[in-house]
Amino acid sequence: MTDITMNDSSEMNAPPTAHKGATAAEAVRRSLKRRYAAEARFRAYGIAAVIFAMLALTTLFATIISSGMSAFRATVIELEVDLDASVIDPDGTRNPQTLATANYRALVFNSLRGMFPDVTSRNDRRDLTAMLSRGASFQVQKLVVDDPSLIGSKIKITVPVSSDVDLYEKGVIKKGTDSADRRVNDKQMAWFDDLKAKGIVSTRFNTTFFTAADSREPELAGIWGAVTGSFFTMLVTLLLSFPIGVAAAVYLEEFAPKNRITQVIEVNINNLAAVPSIVFGLLGLAVFINFFGLPRSAPLVGGMVLALMTLPTIIIAGRAALKAVPPSIREAALGLGASPVQVVSHHLLPLAMPGMLTGTIIGMAQALGETAPLLMIGMVAFIVDIPGGVTDPATVLPVQVYLWADSPERAFVARTSAAIMVLLGFLVFMNALAVVLRKRFERRW
Amino acid sequence: MESATIKTAVAPADAALTAAGARDTKFHTRKVCVYYGEKQALFDVDLDIFSNEVTALIGPSGCGKSTYLRSLNRMNDTIDICRVTGDIILDDIDVYSREIDVVHLRARVGMVFQKPNPFPKSIYENVCYGPRIHGIASGKADLDQIVEESLIKAGLWNEVKDRLDAPGTGLSGGQQQRLCIARAIAVHPEVILMDEPCSALDPIATAKIEELIDELRENYTIVIVTHSMQQAARVSQRTAFFHLGYLVEVGETEQIFTNPVDQRTQDYITGRFG
Repeated sequence: MTDITMNDSSEMNAPPTAHKGATAAEAVRRSLKRRYAAEARFRAYGIAAVIFAMLALTTLFATIISSGMSAFRATVIELEVDLDASVIDPDGTRNPQTLATANYRALVFNSLRGMFPDVTSRNDRRDLTAMLSRGASFQVQKLVVDDPSLIGSKIKITVPVSSDVDLYEKGVIKKGTDSADRRVNDKQMAWFDDLKAKGIVSTRFNTTFFTAADSREPELAGIWGAVTGSFFTMLVTLLLSFPIGVAAAVYLEEFAPKNRITQVIEVNINNLAAVPSIVFGLLGLAVFINFFGLPRSAPLVGGMVLALMTLPTIIIAGRAALKAVPPSIREAALGLGASPVQVVSHHLLPLAMPGMLTGTIIGMAQALGETAPLLMIGMVAFIVDIPGGVTDPATVLPVQVYLWADSPERAFVARTSAAIMVLLGFLVFMNALAVVLRKRFERRW
Repeated sequence: MESATIKTAVAPADAALTAAGARDTKFHTRKVCVYYGEKQALFDVDLDIFSNEVTALIGPSGCGKSTYLRSLNRMNDTIDICRVTGDIILDDIDVYSREIDVVHLRARVGMVFQKPNPFPKSIYENVCYGPRIHGIASGKADLDQIVEESLIKAGLWNEVKDRLDAPGTGLSGGQQQRLCIARAIAVHPEVILMDEPCSALDPIATAKIEELIDELRENYTIVIVTHSMQQAARVSQRTAFFHLGYLVEVGETEQIFTNPVDQRTQDYITGRFG
């Protein structure tokens, strides 16, 4: 029984005698090598996995940042525009209607043509003025409408160039390539270089990108409309899903009898968390819009749909947080004669709140990045106005990314990446907030 | 009692007491059975608990003594599958009757648990929580007074009077348990149930709690579950021995420990099982 040979691999049967003990120790020593090798292998796998994940993440961020950074700069030209009274207000009535509808485009174009008197052919003149953004004339219009006394004077304004010229300035469109492949022809390139030589071209921070809503012209398009849309949508989602989610979690965890019905409810809540989000979009379309007649494309409906999607996350996180409160706290409060509602409101909710908030923020971050259900309820529309409330037509950040990614204009490539950066920025901020909250309110019993 | 005499040896002790006739009965329990689902944990327990006395419940693990204790203030209600039958009469009301409000019952019958479980709030908040939810105190001054009195009675005042705002969870184990006792007596209960209050404490803290229990006896009726027979002998006037869900024997503590009637009690207190 105590006899053990060198090739007996089970060192657990080590005999207690001194002589045989030496043999067993030898076996243990040899097996140690194997165990350490296994451990080293396991560590290596782990490190390799982490490195792989980090590489993937770095590549993602590097791609997005490198292609999106250029969208934060805009090329502008300083023009001297002659606010000719005979063009703007030939009758001299200063009627706001007249001022608003005057031909400002001609004024801006004249200013540019004035610098190139030798450009005479119809096609060339069109190419020349195409270098300016369409936004230039709106800019002049706004100035005049705000201050009609400017009429008759010459003003200097800084106007954006068209997105294609902007790309040429940024080096995306290059000289010497096949001219059929680019939207800036050789003549335009020469004129632009000429303007640059005059020193009236400059590059500045692209404020339009952060203050404007969507536009057909890339140089005039911004994300502020989508950010406001996202804000209103998230507001509706939070106001609906947080109270409902917490109430449901508290009821299911603390009050509901444990029977077949609550079991079915529990299973279904978990199922709900796994339902593809586009299904929620269809539900929203069928119920909120078609049945209740709520407005299409509105943050109100978007928020309601996303609330449905976020609810299971909040309920599950809330129940886990309530479960994590030690039963001794419940017993202590009950033993003192607290009613169940008092136990919940005085003890359980304050203690479970950090966990609930973490779950809520993670759910909201998910909702913020959600696209599919919003496509179904019409939040994918092209909207140039910044929404002013929850019933105004709006779009949201991820849908804006989708819209721009789908646009043919080349300048939208950079803007898509820039919008992704803004969206990721919000998501990172929300997740960081969740981590901070969790750390801050972490309790030990 | 006819059939019960076979299983329990209640008769002699109770007869003696009735003869003495000096003591008031606080809890009067008859044929108490407790079931957890299909499993029966307590079988026909007949036990009287007298006012201003310490009654110790002893017995090996799983014998039902904690179950019995928790059915006195209906803490078993929190367990869904738990069912209690029989009569548990507090003074002259049936604890399990429909008319009784469990919140009111627990205000009259307080409880101290095995593991010190102060709320993760300040010491002051811990003690004033009960009076506050029951609306016992009228105003801040009144509340301050209740907190001070309770902490003094629990023998904790001198140690914590300068840091009432400190978290209750920051105290030592023994202090925490005394805080829990202070919290329980702040509600002015008539009965305090203690479920192995010293099992998580060191001997010095245990000695302090035992001293405290002896002092509290003057104003409160105390029922204590303990695994330590020495503790039962030290603090209690009456002792009930539970075994496998049956109340085997109940009597004066001295009699139980020196001259038990039942062989099983004899075996248990001499350490032959349990």
